[in-house]
Amino acid sequence: MPTNTSSSFAAADVFAEIKQMSRIDDTFRELKKRGETALIPFITAGDPDFAKTLELVSTLERSGADLIELGMPFSDPMADGPTIQASSERALAGGASISKVLDLVSAIRRDSQIPLVLMGYYNPIFCYGIKRFAQDAANAGVDALLLVDLPPEEREEIAHDMARAGISLITLLAPTTPPERMERLAAQAQGYLYYVSMTGVTGAQKVAPEGIRDAVERLKKMTRVPVGVGFGITTVEDARAVGEFADGVVVGSALVKIIEEYGQHAQLFAKVAEFISGLKRGLAAVQ
Amino acid sequence: MNYQYPDERGHFGQFGGRYVAETLMPALLELEQAYAEVRQDPAFQQEFRYYLEHYVGRPSPLYYARRLSENLGGAKIYLKREDLNHTGAHKVNNTVGQILLAQRMGKKRVIAETGAGQHGVATATVAALFGMECEVFMGKEDIRRQSLNVFRMKLLGAKVNEVTSGTATLKDAMNDALRHWVTHVRDTFYVIGTVAGPHPYPMLVRDFQSVIGQEAKQQLNALEGRLPDVAIACIGGGSNAIGLFYPFINDPGVRLIGVEAAGLGVATGKHAASISAGAPGVLHGNKTYLLQDDDGQIQHAHSISAGLDYPGVGPEHALLNDIKRAEYVAVTDQEALDAFQKLTRTEGIIPALESAHAIAEVIKMAPGMSADEVILVNLSGRGDKDIHTVADALQVDLS
Repeated sequence: MPTNTSSSFAAADVFAEIKQMSRIDDTFRELKKRGETALIPFITAGDPDFAKTLELVSTLERSGADLIELGMPFSDPMADGPTIQASSERALAGGASISKVLDLVSAIRRDSQIPLVLMGYYNPIFCYGIKRFAQDAANAGVDALLLVDLPPEEREEIAHDMARAGISLITLLAPTTPPERMERLAAQAQGYLYYVSMTGVTGAQKVAPEGIRDAVERLKKMTRVPVGVGFGITTVEDARAVGEFADGVVVGSALVKIIEEYGQHAQLFAKVAEFISGLKRGLAAVQ
Repeated sequence: MNYQYPDERGHFGQFGGRYVAETLMPALLELEQAYAEVRQDPAFQQEFRYYLEHYVGRPSPLYYARRLSENLGGAKIYLKREDLNHTGAHKVNNTVGQILLAQRMGKKRVIAETGAGQHGVATATVAALFGMECEVFMGKEDIRRQSLNVFRMKLLGAKVNEVTSGTATLKDAMNDALRHWVTHVRDTFYVIGTVAGPHPYPMLVRDFQSVIGQEAKQQLNALEGRLPDVAIACIGGGSNAIGLFYPFINDPGVRLIGVEAAGLGVATGKHAASISAGAPGVLHGNKTYLLQDDDGQIQHAHSISAGLDYPGVGPEHALLNDIKRAEYVAVTDQEALDAFQKLTRTEGIIPALESAHAIAEVIKMAPGMSADEVILVNLSGRGDKDIHTVADALQVDLS
């Protein structure tokens, strides 16, 4: 022990190769040409409601987001801090469900080709049915899936269906991941790698960019996919500092806080646009 | 029968596994390796036995409940007296094992989740014994219901963190304990209190609790010269039940019965009967039967007993149910309250409300059995902690 499921990763890889053109790959390729770092905002689908989430996605895209992570609300978000827990609770109180999240994605796809990553926990997807989810998500226009509580050891049960549907499975790596494991997972990555900047839950502490620079630079040498960094990135300064060495920066709790504060106010979209375009300018200043 | 679970990846059939964030995965692999070593290590096993005997007070007695048996007029009823352990319940068997493991692994501090407070007290107790720092996570609602245990934990030097998220009960306490563990994983050992959570916890907690069934098997053999016909225990997460069942799994003549909490009645939706009325899903690191809605959102559990008030169950019970090696039934709050009073009056033993669920099933079954049949029931804890809850339910004012 540990026995790993390298055979299933290999099978998933084959499918990933078949499907060569994807919105995620294209986006990172374009950014690389321009020497830019991807800005990846996270928002919870259905917070404050689905109509506003649809408009928020369009606001994010217009303000400079390159990819969007959409949170699928769950009753027991074990890896999240208080901000995203509360956001998830608001969405669920408003009747959020996997079907509604997929309807939202279909609605976004009517006028946007921005890469969309669904992020959340495994149980709602397991309950929805893995095959059914893979088909419906692909039809809706989902590009990738990031399941916090489905580590590579348990991924076998969904890898095949997601690969067939052309949905990438994003792998998380953490500061506690040992080098040998990091190398193995990095080599098998699809879409992009998500490096968790700290041992902790989302939004709990601030990132220490210099403390993770080495790890991210080593990781970039191990993989052919881009490396995004998330957890604890709240300000323009954080984003700029991390953007110096990462291919993408994920901003979640700081954005969700704005939605919490202004969710029921007319300024919501202006506040979000201001925050995101500020981050985008900060990232551009890196180059 | 050749029962060998979990498999090398921690699965009990389709259940179990390790559904956790990447940050915790290396810690689980480290724990798995450390446990594989101590499982083979006679010195560790000897040390474990030493503390069980001299500190916990094992073996716990197997007591023939003569008056209860005669009153029910059927099978002979034997009580495995886990209520007589130090700290008053079976929970301490597991915490002794895990704290010895934590010491081996060089961890500095321990954390635990607790519902009724029994596991929190048992963890705070062994933390005091070994001079380790201890933090316990407990739902606000449970802190209110179990104030005596909260004070015990504080006296023992533990910090009790009030959990207000979600439903503010055991499942949320476990969420917060996992969140804390993610943050402090390098120096902290998470002492899980039941046979749930990610692999290897369901296996190692089962192994530590199996002393219950091993002793009972020997004791009953000495007293009756035979195996029991039925072994019964209550099920929240299911650690006292698996501890009783596991040594009998390869004895097909022994019926194994787990008793879930039906709360106000399974039909009312206000219950904690995950196997009887739930569906497979993934929560707290393992796949098992869960109370959930059609969208996979976890639902509130309800039981008069804080220790059974959990919307899931250990993955090994999910398997034992599916392969039909064990049967799972449910009894209501009212039936448990009646059983609580009946045992108290007939035997002078005040059981924990959790254990009263097992007694309630005995009360239903025993009259239909013959006098030469034997029921072995796990009296998993004592009822002192529940006096206020019972007084409320009986509308008695203690103030």
